[in-house]
Amino acid sequence: MATIISNRRVAEGIYVMHAAGRFEAKAGQFFMVRGWESYPLLSRPLSVYDQDEQGVKFLYKVAGEGTELLSRMQAGEDVTLLGPLGNGFPAAAGRTALVGGGIGVAPLFYAARHLEQADLYLGYSVEVYEEYEFRSIGHPVTIDCGGRVLDLVDFDAYDTVFVCGPEPMLRAAQIKSAMSAGKAAVYVSLENRMACGIGACLVCSVGCENGRKKACSDGPVFRAEEVVLA
Amino acid sequence: MIETHLNTTCRIGGVTFKNPVVMASGTFGFGKEYGKLYDLSRLGGISGKGVTLHPRPGNPGIRVYETPSGMLNSVGLENPGIPAFLEEECAFWETLDTVRIVNLGGGTVQDYVEGARLIDEDSNRRQARGRRAVDMIELNISCPNVKAGGMAYGIKTCVAREVVREVRAATTLPLMVKLSPNAEDIADMAQMCEEEGAEAVSLINTLSGMKIDARKRRSVFDNLYAGLSGPAVKPVALRMVHQVCKRVTIPVVGMGGVSSAEDLIEFIMAGAEAVQIGTYNFVNWQAGADLVEGVERFMIEEGIADLNEIRGIL
Ligand SMILES: Cc1cc2nc3c(=O)[nH]c(=O)nc-3n(C[C@H](O)[C@H](O)[C@H](O)COP(=O)(O)OP(=O)(O)OC[C@H]3O[C@@H](n4cnc5c(N)ncnc54)[C@H](O)[C@@H]3O)c2cc1C
Ligand SMILES: Cc1cc2nc3c(=O)[nH]c(=O)nc-3n(C[C@H](O)[C@H](O)[C@H](O)COP(=O)(O)O)c2cc1C
Ligand code: FES
Repeated sequence: MATIISNRRVAEGIYVMHAAGRFEAKAGQFFMVRGWESYPLLSRPLSVYDQDEQGVKFLYKVAGEGTELLSRMQAGEDVTLLGPLGNGFPAAAGRTALVGGGIGVAPLFYAARHLEQADLYLGYSVEVYEEYEFRSIGHPVTIDCGGRVLDLVDFDAYDTVFVCGPEPMLRAAQIKSAMSAGKAAVYVSLENRMACGIGACLVCSVGCENGRKKACSDGPVFRAEEVVLA
Repeated sequence: MIETHLNTTCRIGGVTFKNPVVMASGTFGFGKEYGKLYDLSRLGGISGKGVTLHPRPGNPGIRVYETPSGMLNSVGLENPGIPAFLEEECAFWETLDTVRIVNLGGGTVQDYVEGARLIDEDSNRRQARGRRAVDMIELNISCPNVKAGGMAYGIKTCVAREVVREVRAATTLPLMVKLSPNAEDIADMAQMCEEEGAEAVSLINTLSGMKIDARKRRSVFDNLYAGLSGPAVKPVALRMVHQVCKRVTIPVVGMGGVSSAEDLIEFIMAGAEAVQIGTYNFVNWQAGADLVEGVERFMIEEGIADLNEIRGIL
């Protein structure tokens, strides 16, 4: 159980929840979150947006019943957290680009805070949120609203590229990576549906070059050329 | 454990379970992951992820969809194959102080038989060295029968009889047959298992279900149908367990939607020897530990010293 410190709306349908607890999460890891007893049945996976001495933060979008329930929770109420889970981002080498599409910007904040150097590319569809927070890290931030943020990134200018976003964007990143000179190590963060979150049920399984892997416990971050996206 | 004088033990095919709480196949991996979260020796037993003779990649596409108080899954028996299971997982199983059950699947009768034989041989080899990794086989007859055009073995009693008979002959390990709620007559199916020498039956596997994405005008699952589990199936599961308990004399292991100690007790009252926990592991990651404690608390509150006092009272 973790007590909610704050849960504030930052844009239409977008919230930041701060939950108390001592965690040692790495960037790119996630928690299985529930703010209810038995219904809805499954917990919801949410990435670590930020972490401080008080606890962990989630930046989330109201997508359906579960996130809707979370958005209505108040400071002082309890959420159940399982985590941190998954492997998160590998150590970034050289010049690094962090590319996020939609709510896929969430895991990039904590990643950026821990990198000496990183260029952030944030793509929003309608409304820009958390811009001040992202800019206050001190790294260059490029913001796109309504377009294709991936088009703004020259993969060959980087040694490492992390991409988080909806699946079509990840597929586009795979293609872009294959068509580039191949200098950059490109990683994608998957958002497969999950049940256990710890590697026991195989509902999150992804096809990889060397057989199947689990998005939750082997990922959620994979090398772009390693995964087969449907 | 809360009180030591409580008798929660169960016996199935000569194997003693310290309590009736058994983790259901496919929801608990081979135990390693949950073993990092709590002490597995508190459990009565673990049924591992279903294994088949050859490795299987499982089904493509979306594999889980949440429904009101339930979930549909289409994992499609993804597993590393029995030789890899024996090689990579059994060393861990040797260390476990809980009943270890291999869940055996197959596509042809020969696959099932060959798989059972490999498990049996491995078990004998380990025993010769004074070790043990597997206590029991749970035969999953819900697999599609390759020969019968993909219809599951577990639908028609006469089709299932052949698999049960052949697997029975291929192993000396205690054999529990896991029944499908999609069977034409589940009590007949259970009776057949008893006739063929199975030590126990377990039920229910998932109920065949479907979800259509109305906007996309297609099934959510590449495989069209998927298996329903969770609280939504519990009343059906309980009724089937009750019917089967009335028909057979071998132990019955009940499951389907158990999410609390009282749910579990209901299955015992319907006649189950032990109870498996599947989907609830996803709701509460320490489901096993909580239910073991919950059953003991229930017994104390209700003045029950031995589960046999309430087993099959209906
Ligand atoms: C590793 C990981 C990290 C994530 N991080 C974030 C984040 O930081 N912020 C954020 O807003 N969202 C994130 N998501 C997506 C988020 O989990 C879903 O939006 C959320 O589960 C939707 O739940 P719901 O009840 O609101 O929607 P519903 O559609 O009612 O959910 C029904 C079921 O589908 C699952 N589901 C629905 N959409 C998704 C999706 N896109 N990805 C995975 N499962 C889904 C739900 O978990 C639930 O089991 C992440 C997903 C994963 C796998
Ligand atoms: C994700 C998932 C995977 C499963 N895999 C198997 C399997 O490999 N073999 C098997 O016999 N049953 C399998 N089952 C069925 C469960 O063991 C159990 O019979 C069923 O889910 C009903 O119990 P529950 O409602 O407690 O989950 C699976 C169920 C789920 C949810
Ligand atoms: S969600 Fe269960 S294995 Fe990944």
